[in-house]
Amino acid sequence: MMTDIVASGKIYPDTWRRPPFIASPLWRWAIYGGAILYLVLAVNSVDVNWARVAEGMARAGRLLSGFLQPNFVTRWSDIALGMQESLTMTVTATVVGILISVPIGVGAARNMAPSPVYLACRGIIALSRALHEVIVAILFVAMVGFGPLAGFLTLSFATIGFLAKLLAEDIEDIDAGQAEAVRATGASWLQLINYGVQPQVMPRLIGLSLYRLDINFRESAVVGIVGAGGIGATLNTALDRYEYDSAAAILILIIVIVMLCEYGSSVIRQRIQ
Amino acid sequence: MPVARTADGTPQWRRTTPRQDLLRWFGWLLLVALAVFCWNVMTKDTIWAFVWDAPNQAADIGSRMVPPRWSYMNEMWRPLWDTLSIATLGTLLAIVIAVPIAFLAARNTTPSVTLVRPVALLIIVSSRSINALIWALVLVTILGPGVFAGIIAIALRSVGFVGKLLYEAIEEIDHRQVEAIQATGASSAQVMNYGIVPQILPAFAGISVFRWDINIRESAVVGLVGAGGIGLNLEASLNTLAWSQVSLILLVILATVLVSEWVSAKVRHAII
Repeated sequence: MMTDIVASGKIYPDTWRRPPFIASPLWRWAIYGGAILYLVLAVNSVDVNWARVAEGMARAGRLLSGFLQPNFVTRWSDIALGMQESLTMTVTATVVGILISVPIGVGAARNMAPSPVYLACRGIIALSRALHEVIVAILFVAMVGFGPLAGFLTLSFATIGFLAKLLAEDIEDIDAGQAEAVRATGASWLQLINYGVQPQVMPRLIGLSLYRLDINFRESAVVGIVGAGGIGATLNTALDRYEYDSAAAILILIIVIVMLCEYGSSVIRQRIQ
Repeated sequence: MPVARTADGTPQWRRTTPRQDLLRWFGWLLLVALAVFCWNVMTKDTIWAFVWDAPNQAADIGSRMVPPRWSYMNEMWRPLWDTLSIATLGTLLAIVIAVPIAFLAARNTTPSVTLVRPVALLIIVSSRSINALIWALVLVTILGPGVFAGIIAIALRSVGFVGKLLYEAIEEIDHRQVEAIQATGASSAQVMNYGIVPQILPAFAGISVFRWDINIRESAVVGLVGAGGIGLNLEASLNTLAWSQVSLILLVILATVLVSEWVSAKVRHAII
């Protein structure tokens, strides 16, 4: 081998360099240069009031000590009410959201619905996904007044965008042979959905619904900040009153419930799938 | 195979046995009962007069929203830039924190499965459970209002997201490539650099861009609690009931979200 190389007189490289991430050198330097320029501009445009930050460190210390000694007692009635609102709005919004998402999801599947229905359903999904929950909550609070009903409407609306989109994608991915077989027996459209599609997508639909239940609880903690009820409102009040030990108690409760939800739904999903 | 009999005794196929039927109906009944119970608890303090008035309110707000006050756009450029900065710098900060945590949390790279891994997982779970807006709420009281609190809030929320997806990607790498590098006598840093990093780089880039896209949406609203960006203008316009400005801000947010989604789809497509 060695002699071959020497004999042919060619020089072969004896070291190896990793190929660069972006192949074209022009693009590479343009992208890197642009990124650095943007970063410098962006960092410079952030004005930090370090005196205020230093002042806040004492508060950060109080919040951290609040985490070590959370105070569940003083504001317990407020916390219990907030939690009750959050949990009830999570359950009702998930149930209603699923009931609305299923027909929209079927309508947004290209292989199940005619073109006008498909476009209308995709439009609804896009609208629901484009608007952040908090913005939707603001609009609903303005319409139906403060309280958990506005939160319920918000979370139901947000559930549609999530669940209907994933359900539609799942229906588009089903095994067409099974649907074809059901159709070949002369089944009606409803029978086709019931016997050809539903058994194939049901496990995933249940999994997605449980996942959404989880997300809805997390979001229910947020919509309260703009007045749509739930634990977020309680947290906002606690922070406004500088009651960091109560705030820490609420944050701990949120983390624990989210972890329980996540663990529970992963157990159920594993048993179903 | 579950079979039912018709009136004249011919067997007929059915999907479930009667016992399964009964159990299913019981399950659905429980679910409906729970939903109705929750609905009753939730709406016991609702003032229905306001709710029935909602269509009128919606029509009223709608009529105030159109036409959007286009001249307000001049005041929007700076908050728009701030919103982009919050999302981008927040994502970068999150990546810097999340990468080491992901390596500590992945079963195949962590220094200690019993001691270090649970701590890393706890950090990831806590960060994920708390929404960016709540982080912002807390940080505004600590750091004071402004873009800085928004950046930290976005970063703290994103650490869990990036960390979780990245450590899952690290756990799924092809171990033979790592072994091949080890067999050449490479040091552990070289193994990391040539055996692990190239395998997770595409996933890493995809995750980062995906989170940046989500963060654009989040950074548009963290201002509602005082953490800078477009949200501040939204809050101010809402407080003064300037609905024609609100509709303009919503349009700007919508356009930003669409552009960021397009950019992230393009970049992810180019990588994968």
